[in-house]
Amino acid sequence: MTKMMTGAKMVVQALIDQGVEVVFGYPGGAVLPIYDEIFQQNHIQHVLVRHEQGAVHAAEGYARSTGKPGVALVTSGPGATNAVTGLTDALMDSIPIIVLTGQVPTFMIGTDGFQEADTVGITRPCTKHNWLVKDTDRLANTIHEAFHVAMSGRPGPVLIDIPKDVQFAKGTYSEKAKRTSHYAPQVKGDINMITELAEAMATAKRPVFYTGGGVINSGPAASQLLRELVEATGFPITSTLMGLGCYPASGPAWLGMVGMHGLYQANMAMHGCDLMINIGARFDDRITGRIDAFSPKSQKAHIDIDASSINKVIRVDMPILGDVANVLEDLLKVWKAQGGKTDKEALAKWWKQIEAWKATDCLGFTQDGPIIRPQHAISRLEALTKDHDRYITTEVGQHQMWAAQYMGFEAPNRWMTSGGLGTMGYGTPASIGVQMAHRDALVINVAGEASWLMNMQEMGTAMQYRLPVKQFILNNERLGMVRQWQQLLHGERYSQSWSEALPDLVKLAEAFGAKGIRCDNPDDLDEAIREMIAYDGPVIFDCLVEKHENCFPMIPSGNAHNEMLLANAQVQGGITGTGAVLV
Amino acid sequence: MSALNIKKGASSHSAYDLRSTFGDTIEKHTLAVIVENEPGVLARVIGLFAGRGYNIESLTVAEIDHTGHRSRITIVTTGTPQVIVQIKAQLGRIVPVHEVHDLTVEGPSVERELALFKVGGQGDARVEALRLADIFRANVVDSTLESFVFEITGTPEKIDAFAELMRPLGLQEVARTGVAALARGGDSHV
Ligand SMILES: Cc1ncc(C[n+]2csc(CCOP(=O)(O)OP(=O)(O)O)c2C)c(N)n1
Ligand SMILES: [Mg+2]
Repeated sequence: MTKMMTGAKMVVQALIDQGVEVVFGYPGGAVLPIYDEIFQQNHIQHVLVRHEQGAVHAAEGYARSTGKPGVALVTSGPGATNAVTGLTDALMDSIPIIVLTGQVPTFMIGTDGFQEADTVGITRPCTKHNWLVKDTDRLANTIHEAFHVAMSGRPGPVLIDIPKDVQFAKGTYSEKAKRTSHYAPQVKGDINMITELAEAMATAKRPVFYTGGGVINSGPAASQLLRELVEATGFPITSTLMGLGCYPASGPAWLGMVGMHGLYQANMAMHGCDLMINIGARFDDRITGRIDAFSPKSQKAHIDIDASSINKVIRVDMPILGDVANVLEDLLKVWKAQGGKTDKEALAKWWKQIEAWKATDCLGFTQDGPIIRPQHAISRLEALTKDHDRYITTEVGQHQMWAAQYMGFEAPNRWMTSGGLGTMGYGTPASIGVQMAHRDALVINVAGEASWLMNMQEMGTAMQYRLPVKQFILNNERLGMVRQWQQLLHGERYSQSWSEALPDLVKLAEAFGAKGIRCDNPDDLDEAIREMIAYDGPVIFDCLVEKHENCFPMIPSGNAHNEMLLANAQVQGGITGTGAVLV
Repeated sequence: MSALNIKKGASSHSAYDLRSTFGDTIEKHTLAVIVENEPGVLARVIGLFAGRGYNIESLTVAEIDHTGHRSRITIVTTGTPQVIVQIKAQLGRIVPVHEVHDLTVEGPSVERELALFKVGGQGDARVEALRLADIFRANVVDSTLESFVFEITGTPEKIDAFAELMRPLGLQEVARTGVAALARGGDSHV
């Protein structure tokens, strides 16, 4: 069935046909026809953010917590340029979002018209794909195609730039099924390579599963299969920052997070293993540390949907191109058909070694004295919220790493952090996106005071839509992670890493109409957190913590996994040399 | 655990130390990339090379199938074996890219480039230029009393050689198309 309608109506119709329920956006001249259509319908809810960056991060939060694509709608020029950080964030973390931008009318493109920007040019390197639609007849198909591209293969952000005359003009609406794309990434893994891996699993003496965001992106079935595989083999498992929740933190095989601020036992297991099974992770530099000392004695398998991730930084012996869920299903079958064997004796020895590493208790700390230690704050937050239907977003910095270390995630899509780009200002709008998707859940943004200020205007959005997001701010009055690096790498010269002239966060909460809670006493902490949870509305929680705490363990840039710092005492002098040029 | 002594002034290695375990020899490869001929597709390919620091030695592009809207981009690039593999994988994930072929490894192939040379001069030099052009099977496509424009096709090496010979004979201007290449034999890529 084909229908004639305006481009603006097509946009709304296509979104409805794609099953979209929420759009995060901000109007302007170049998208007014679309806003007019949004006004005249009741299928899609529009959430008015306070800044376009917020719209994109909110769409990301929505997508990361549901597995469904998130949608943002912004105007041309500044609206589009404000979306760039969110697009890049989504690209780095492989998050499926669709961003619709308005554009000056086609006949004005190239004339430096008011609020004209070369949006497809600017966003080409920060989207998986983008389109400028110059013909209303092609608009609906392009939108359907955009959803397909965003969701298939390695997911990612896409953008559609729609000139205003295309929104006004009439054209034929084509339905979802009429897609004509050739884009269809391979999902099934090579069975020979899978068989080789199954054989390696049967004889491995010191195996480890190294999992990442790809497991979560592959969908809940992938996490389920991973759990079966871990249980059946008894192999230890670690995960990157992006993969937390794909295997339950309470599971017996869990080592904790790997990487620069990963747990001692996880990094040591990665270093000492003889078989590394990478499932949906990408050997990021935060994980590998020094490349030429990375897991020197292991055979490596790598399951990834993106061919360009395989052999990019670390050479692997068993590359398996395919979707995680697909490959894991085959792997389980093949390994079971081979008799489901493992080297039990060697595994028992391996686990003994791992237990010895665990005994280091690398996250151990004591809360003494009158000042709240940030690790304590996160531990109490974890203890008091873990039994809730809980979703956690974060900002970027020390607080983010402490949250990853001290909180436990039992299921995928419950931990939504900016990993690849490390975007301060991501957490607040992301928490709004999450709460829109899970209205009755407890959604907490674990924040640092500096990051939080970057998109705090979105508290207005939370108020308007009655989204009871909890902003749990570890306030060290420092750009803590920067301060830590300056202490370790720059001779304790603390250049510009103070949060000066901070607003009174409780008064700020009240100014927004939210609830403000301040806590600076360890004895009051539990009660204050309970008060935050119980409050039926947005809360800004100002948790005043120790100002000079460092985040450990830490593998300083340029060190190997077995060269971890576990405490301040180990840092003698500064870190200099080539390591110092690294980020 | 060995306690790490990070002493002042000590050097440490780079986390981005990509001195690869893959071999360091620089290789030259000719890639044929079949793309949807849609706006911006060339910018995507070039942007990929610029953004990730890959080399482009030569690049040619034209639509080869007007009804199917397919273009063929021929890229000559250099890099270590690992970089070449990365380039192909990165090209392959651009959405409007249909196929990526490495003609250098997929079997024998032919490569041709077309060039126009403007050579000015009189007397013996002029005669010599004409004689050499004949040997190189270059055609004269324009001539005045003081100049010739030669058209020559061949491998880039042949064209380089011709340029070297023309230089002392009054070479004034050169235009080269870049390499077009096809696999030999009956198999077709498009
Ligand atoms: C947009 C952006 N700008 C700068 C940085 C660099 N950066 C990383 S962590 C950090 C400090 C964060 O401070 P805060 O939010 O208070 O967190 P803390 O480390 O104190 O917990 C900075 C400036 C960044 N990641 N993102
Ligand atoms: Mg801080």
